[in-house]
Amino acid sequence: MSVKIWAEDKIKGMGDMTLFFWRSIKSIPNPPSRLDEIFKHMEFIGNQSVGIICLTSLFTGLALSFQIYLGFKIVNLTNLVGPTVALGVTREMGPVLTSLIVAARAGGAMAARLGTMRVNEQIDALDVMGVDTLQYLIGPRIVAAVLCMPLLTAIFDFVAMVGCWFLAVKMVDLDQGIFFQRIAETIQFRHIAEGLFKSAVFGLFFAVICSYRGFNTTGGAKGVGEATNKGVVTSMVLIIVLDYFLTSLIRIYYLVTGQPT
Amino acid sequence: MDDKSIDSSLEKTSNRSNKIEAGNAIEMKNVQKTFDGKEFVLKGIDLNVRKGSLTAIIGFSGTGKSVMLKHILGLFRPTSGEINILGKDVVKMEKDDLTKFRQRFGVLFQSAALFDDMTVLENVCFPLFEHRRDYSHDKVLKIAEEKLVQVGLEKKHYQKLPSQISGGMQKRTGLARALALDPEILIYDEPTTGLDPILTEMVDNLILDTHRHREGLTSIMVSHDLAAAFRIADFVAMLDGGKVLLYGTPEDFYRSEIELVKRFVSKGMKTS
Repeated sequence: MSVKIWAEDKIKGMGDMTLFFWRSIKSIPNPPSRLDEIFKHMEFIGNQSVGIICLTSLFTGLALSFQIYLGFKIVNLTNLVGPTVALGVTREMGPVLTSLIVAARAGGAMAARLGTMRVNEQIDALDVMGVDTLQYLIGPRIVAAVLCMPLLTAIFDFVAMVGCWFLAVKMVDLDQGIFFQRIAETIQFRHIAEGLFKSAVFGLFFAVICSYRGFNTTGGAKGVGEATNKGVVTSMVLIIVLDYFLTSLIRIYYLVTGQPT
Repeated sequence: MDDKSIDSSLEKTSNRSNKIEAGNAIEMKNVQKTFDGKEFVLKGIDLNVRKGSLTAIIGFSGTGKSVMLKHILGLFRPTSGEINILGKDVVKMEKDDLTKFRQRFGVLFQSAALFDDMTVLENVCFPLFEHRRDYSHDKVLKIAEEKLVQVGLEKKHYQKLPSQISGGMQKRTGLARALALDPEILIYDEPTTGLDPILTEMVDNLILDTHRHREGLTSIMVSHDLAAAFRIADFVAMLDGGKVLLYGTPEDFYRSEIELVKRFVSKGMKTS
């Protein structure tokens, strides 16, 4: 395949996905209301992810704190373990890791479910029944992902800091008062909001990508597997790439508004 | 095909329905379709489906039957040509209007296409909950149960998931769901492909019963099962190379002098 054809193919794919995204978003406010579907998907994306998020965030908090403690011990700055971990978790680790985990778990399931519906003609059945498939199948998934991701990230942040507290205060005997005081002095609401905002954007992207892949599945069981694989891999790569650009944009915003970065 | 077989087949066709009305439910004029701009899948389909008739669409694999069906359902738009359904030009219809218009169709898919996370009853209720929002919950349940009774599905299966019932029951459920909104046009997409002979006969009889007992219903069946098509259909359209090769009654097919039709009929009846 020549580079030109490859590039054309990729550009067309992106165009299709953008249209899919726009039409899905546009269909959300249309009647009938899909609140039931939104809650159903929130239960799947949100509630059912809480366990795995708690587990991974606890150990992320422990491991990260331990590494930072070891580094800061050399320069005798162990009092800064708490705020450093808090900044890293709320602004970067929390949104990125939460999104990667949920994209793999719920995004993969979304692509597989929609792909199976496509190859089993269930989406065609909805179409011929006069149901707007984007409004019924895709819109609620996007809304649910965008709403759930900040909530899951908040849980990640909190549990990771519990892990950090446990390591710093209970395992390496840092002073509990200083630990909390330093965090309170450093962390501002905007640091937490920054992470929550990022996670909502990541949620939007993985929901659109995985839904698009699943919705446009062709070729039976093999196609479902490929759609799931492509959906999850593309989402994960994009979350990491997008994180850099979002971080840069937020820094620019802070500079423009005169806030410390 | 020998004379005896022809006579026997003609005898069978006398079972056909007698409810055909004046006028056409579907009119396709010179419908052409290409996906890549080069090769045409439909090369000028001309077909009129009479109101109240049961029409079978037959043909070898890859002749454009499914593509034609998707044009009737408005899932594909033709590259050129006209499609009028129930007096409406579906080619020029906006997406939202088309979505509403599709409520006048019922479709039984080859795989039944039941929603696997819903029970049998919920599957049949689904189109009613979607499009009859003014109906009470009890009324929707009552209608759904009526449809399930009509297709002969026993009450003990209503709360089962599609994966917990047999293929025949899935077809019955699919048909009940297709009938839920009292459609004016009912489409069967290869309803008996992959079924055993007993189940095939059951589905054929179900199609015939459904067609006969519903006033004003126009039925279209895409099928590979020639014997069934000739037994139950009022009219048959044979597609070849993206065009309608022959459209007529089953008798017209038996008497046709077109070589391809003779070959198809002869082979089809032998296999059946």
